[in-house]
Amino acid sequence: MTAAVFFGCAFIAFGPAFSLFIFTIAKDPLRVIILIAGAFFWLVSLLLSSLVWFIATKATNAQDLTLQKNLLIFGSIFSVILQEVFRFAYYRLLRKANEGLAAISEEDGPPLSVREMAYVAGLGFGIMSGAFSMINTLSDSLGPGTVGMFGDSQYYFITSALMTLALTMLHTFWGVVFFEGCERKRWWVIAVVLCVHLMVFSLSLLNPFYVASILPVYAIMLLMAVWAFFSSGGSLHNITLLWTCKTRLKPI
Amino acid sequence: MKSHWMCSNLVRCLGDGNTSLQKLATSIVFFFCLSDVSCNSVEQKIYVELNNTVPCVRLLNATHQIGCQSSISGDTGVIHVLESEADLEWPLSKGPNPPYMVLLESSLFTRSIMMKMKNESNRVAGVAVVVPNTSPPEFSPHTTCPNENTGVYSDNYGPNLAHCNTTVWNPRGNGLSYEEFDFPVFSLKEDNETEFIKQCYLDHNRAVNGSAPQYPLCAMQLFSHMHAVTNTPTCMRRNDINFSINPEMVCDPLGDYNVWGSIRPYNDTVFGHKENESVVIAAARLDSRAFFWEVSTGAEGSVSGFVTLLAAAQALREVTHAAPPTRNILFAFFQGETFDYIGSSRMVYDMENGKFVIDLDNIHSVLEIGQVAVHSGTNLFLHSDPVSRRNNTVNDENLVNNLQSSTAGLGFLLVEPNVSQPLPPSSLQRFLRAQPIPGIVLADHESAFNNRYYESFYDNAANLNLTYPSDLSPEEQLEFVTDTAKSLTDVATVVARALYKQAGGDESLVNTIKADPKIVTQMLYGFLVSSNNSWFQAVMAPELKNILKPSPPEYYVGVAMSSTPTRLVQYLLANLTGAATNLTQSQCMYSYLWVQGIVPPNSTERDSFCVRASVRLTKAVSPAFELGEYASKDYSTWTESRWKFIKARIFLVASRDLEMLTLGVGVAVLFTSLLVTYFISTKADVLFSSTREPASAAY
Repeated sequence: MTAAVFFGCAFIAFGPAFSLFIFTIAKDPLRVIILIAGAFFWLVSLLLSSLVWFIATKATNAQDLTLQKNLLIFGSIFSVILQEVFRFAYYRLLRKANEGLAAISEEDGPPLSVREMAYVAGLGFGIMSGAFSMINTLSDSLGPGTVGMFGDSQYYFITSALMTLALTMLHTFWGVVFFEGCERKRWWVIAVVLCVHLMVFSLSLLNPFYVASILPVYAIMLLMAVWAFFSSGGSLHNITLLWTCKTRLKPI
Repeated sequence: MKSHWMCSNLVRCLGDGNTSLQKLATSIVFFFCLSDVSCNSVEQKIYVELNNTVPCVRLLNATHQIGCQSSISGDTGVIHVLESEADLEWPLSKGPNPPYMVLLESSLFTRSIMMKMKNESNRVAGVAVVVPNTSPPEFSPHTTCPNENTGVYSDNYGPNLAHCNTTVWNPRGNGLSYEEFDFPVFSLKEDNETEFIKQCYLDHNRAVNGSAPQYPLCAMQLFSHMHAVTNTPTCMRRNDINFSINPEMVCDPLGDYNVWGSIRPYNDTVFGHKENESVVIAAARLDSRAFFWEVSTGAEGSVSGFVTLLAAAQALREVTHAAPPTRNILFAFFQGETFDYIGSSRMVYDMENGKFVIDLDNIHSVLEIGQVAVHSGTNLFLHSDPVSRRNNTVNDENLVNNLQSSTAGLGFLLVEPNVSQPLPPSSLQRFLRAQPIPGIVLADHESAFNNRYYESFYDNAANLNLTYPSDLSPEEQLEFVTDTAKSLTDVATVVARALYKQAGGDESLVNTIKADPKIVTQMLYGFLVSSNNSWFQAVMAPELKNILKPSPPEYYVGVAMSSTPTRLVQYLLANLTGAATNLTQSQCMYSYLWVQGIVPPNSTERDSFCVRASVRLTKAVSPAFELGEYASKDYSTWTESRWKFIKARIFLVASRDLEMLTLGVGVAVLFTSLLVTYFISTKADVLFSSTREPASAAY
């Protein structure tokens, strides 16, 4: 739809991830490495699940549309499960690596806390997931035309970008919550994260009824944000501390 | 094809979700794209490519450029289907969403509408013309006075006859082909694609009760960027710039080959004047043009003429072997005559400079076959040059008498026009420009052309009333002798007899000369209906059989030096005037052509054989390019621009407001997230300090 839409959608989809990267990750090389490795783990999970789907479609009748759609849904559910499995695998890897890093580090103890690794890993998953969702659509938004010739909604690009933004942030919050749950041996957390991920996926099936899909997804994102905030050591007391700190500094 | 279908249907049944489903689908689609098909699912939701379009391209001559141009990244405009000339107000002034892409029916493709759009070209992004299968009453995009500056009439020679002062040859001409448009003009056929476009317009672009139509609107984008500008000297100069290893060419001269053959062969390596050699030249032209690139059928304008001449050549074969006439007869078919006489000017130039087998002094007389679409019983007219007749420098009387006496018993007469009028546009004019020579042009019009579709895409088989009964197979149609073929056979008989008498042949044998209607009808079928038929296949060389197609050939002269009609006429002339041999090659005064032959009834292999004929090709590129005089006023300087790609597509466009809103939201999201992240990251130790810390956690 032209450069305006291209830049608008790119900023919407990748703006928060970009600012998080610049302010919290870019200055520490270890965090960058964990971010990239997290993205790689997500990619591998997608590759394996799409292989399964690909074999399933090649083995069945390509003309049967409902069968293909059902296969796609099955494949996506399998992909969700596999992503969470790989998140767990990445947690185990990081724990092992943390011990090794602690041994060779100059400071006392490991250089990164599990909370920080959780956040960076989640962000890595989120960025790669967002890139895969959005880059294809972004490149088509550069041309002069917009979606709609065959009955689709003309808000396709904006809603794609908004969904991508939500998904990136959701992956970050899931990472935080998941690692914290694993750390405390609270296995029900893993199950809850998996269920929420599946719920978001099924909400996305409601597209193009964007009101029914985007608003609930954003509501879920806010809830997850609150949960992640509390599970990573925040509290209401800290927030009030923030405000009083500010007010304390004022009268001088 | 199957994968492509599956891609598009998969995408549609996906809805347009955007989580794991879409990511999965994207990776799957990527797998598909790796295999054999180029599919991009979102692109297919947006763009519909139009495949059956023909553009109008840019041509340049010594002083001007004509034709159409688009910008380098295509011209996009909101589609508007024009209903009448008054409806032009909408795209030109009233419409709220300029620029517009105007879709015209062929009845509205007139000079006044195109000129109005040319004047307001900042609101018109382009024009698409829907060409129907039935022809309008008349349409000629050529000028009213074809080739007026390169003929024989000028301020020095018959000034009152120059520039069509006495007779306007093409009064129906609206000159659109010679106008310059700075927006692209494409032609569409009347098929499913055009119906889809009109449906898209009706769904999205109609104004309801006078109010503006709502976004998104249906739009079309046309790509036809031409590299050459201004005129031929400029583009030829730019061709010569040697900046890199691969210089970019921007234009090419128009031209191809002339075909010529003679009764007695000439040695092709001995040029210049031949002592005691007197030749009668019989000429016709091969090419025509239309407004759009390359689609030109030229049925009445050129095909009727050269088919008649080919039939006359065949009619003369036997009698000239049995009783050879005193003078030689040379059959010449000129290419590029539409564009200021490229072929004939080149042949005259070669004759003047001793680069052809004969010389201008060897020419006894010239008989040219012009537009001869006749109906039985109508008369034909013999045009001659009044200036040279008045000065008594030439004597046309013999030729006229020979022609008029040849019509005995054939049902029509050859009449000389009443008024003292100039020669119509014809190759003979270039010969007269060099030297006074007796010459006659045979045509079906007494003054102005009878052809209602001169140099347009409607000058097709229907214009010659070429109709076949509906229940015939293509091979049966090839053999069926139509009325048009019968009329043209009579004309060919007259031409053959007149040529034989003019060449000093035996008078008693004249009445045995008869053209063959079967050959004429086969040629008409091959040149106007389908060139891929069994007779053309048998006559052509094996390496050229791919130029035969199920549709008629294109008669535009082009720049590739490989025009189909030239090759067809070369091999047909060889077949009709030459002889099959047993393949022994001796003295090479003939050209030897290896042709495919027919398929005998009980086998699948063709009976190929070698034809010996005195048929040659000579280059038909304007002498202006040989001499490097790109601004010449004497010779044709037409060139055709080059281009990278030409395509068309339609899609919906969104409103500017929505685009700006998206950009605004994006920028706002970016800045907000930067601020919030900065704020949180600086206060992170305050926000994320926890009172209960597990033993393994670090800070």
